[in-house]
Amino acid sequence: MGLDFTVVPKFMDVILLGALWTIAITVASAVVSFFGGILFAVIALYAPALVRLPFRAFAWLFMGTPLLLQLFLIYFGLVQIGIDLPAFVAGVIGLGLHFSVYNSELIQAAILSVDKGQMEAARTVGLSRGQALRKVIIPQAVRDVIPPIGNNMIALLKDSALVSVIGVSELTLSAQLAIGRTYRPFEFYVVAAVFYYIINLGMEAVLRRIERRVQAAK
Amino acid sequence: MDTELMLKVYPFFLQAAWVTIQLSILTTIIGLICGSLGAAARLSRLAIFRTLGAVYVSVIRGTPALIQLFILYFGGPQIGIQLDAFEAGVIGLGVNIGAYMTETIRGAIISVDKGQTEAARTLGMSGLQTMRRIILPQAAPLMIRPLGVNINALIKGTALVAAISVIELTYTAQRYIGSTYKPFEMFLLSGVLYMIIIYITGRGVAWLDRKARIV
Repeated sequence: MGLDFTVVPKFMDVILLGALWTIAITVASAVVSFFGGILFAVIALYAPALVRLPFRAFAWLFMGTPLLLQLFLIYFGLVQIGIDLPAFVAGVIGLGLHFSVYNSELIQAAILSVDKGQMEAARTVGLSRGQALRKVIIPQAVRDVIPPIGNNMIALLKDSALVSVIGVSELTLSAQLAIGRTYRPFEFYVVAAVFYYIINLGMEAVLRRIERRVQAAK
Repeated sequence: MDTELMLKVYPFFLQAAWVTIQLSILTTIIGLICGSLGAAARLSRLAIFRTLGAVYVSVIRGTPALIQLFILYFGGPQIGIQLDAFEAGVIGLGVNIGAYMTETIRGAIISVDKGQTEAARTLGMSGLQTMRRIILPQAAPLMIRPLGVNINALIKGTALVAAISVIELTYTAQRYIGSTYKPFEMFLLSGVLYMIIIYITGRGVAWLDRKARIV
């Protein structure tokens, strides 16, 4: 069986729709993982031990196990305790949590490297600890880790292909749908790869712009 | 938590962990080969090799590993590549991690001071001799830690081959989640095994790193 890319155009609308879903799930998960990362970093650094220690164990478990396994846990685990979420939401939770943990590691290190004098000064002018964190420390910390967080977001885009296994009809599953009809796996997976590559390039361009703007604001 | 069930099924998870270990070792070997070749190509004097190396890194790092696996395993037969799932997994993941290792190895090589090359060339060494006797011995210790990070990602990445039905840890967990409806227990079983593999690998890398620094 040779290659025949002429079957591709007929399924282009399916593929394009899948690409849109891939972008949607990537953006949604990126937002979750950004704010989740900040929240997790604050918990890991400042929460009372009773919260902090179980949380550390959770973070450790999430960093040491494959994303695919975590997706299975979240998707089937939530169903088991009676929460039947749409696959898309389960996918966003899974990707979002996974990358929150990774972002949190970056943000923790950044928070610790913000000059101590900043906290002291903020407290001196009358801000509470929480206010000082929120208004003074975290903005500076986050600004410093935008580039590595950007790298995590690129990884997130590629890992979003994994949510196809729990039935989110994004790019990978759309390609599989077309393959089911035509039995032409090579052609459609290559087309999917091309779309991922293009989205990847677009995302890198957006991240570079954000980085430049953050640099300028410094 | 259903510990009785966990005790009953854990031997299957141990077997699966052994498959994950084999996958990880073979993938590491292929990754290191691809990474070395990739780095050599990217640092070559010939533009054609440099371009090939850059395209390899960009395409592999710009697309999902899962899609690459699918192209190789499901699409391979269409272009005359017949592989079983395990072989496709090892080759696909190896070529994938090789692109990341290319950048790691290249990064270590170019971080060796330029004066070292200049001095070696002044003494009359050829380019190859300089690389082998001067640059690589200095670059190698620098690579160990970042390659360890690559290998850590690779071990977790082996879970992807569950999607092409290789019976490794994640596939086993998925199958038992489906048949027992105990997602948490199965996650814990496989998760602990992954962590053990990753922990031991991490210790090994740290040991190598220490060794390399003493010399």
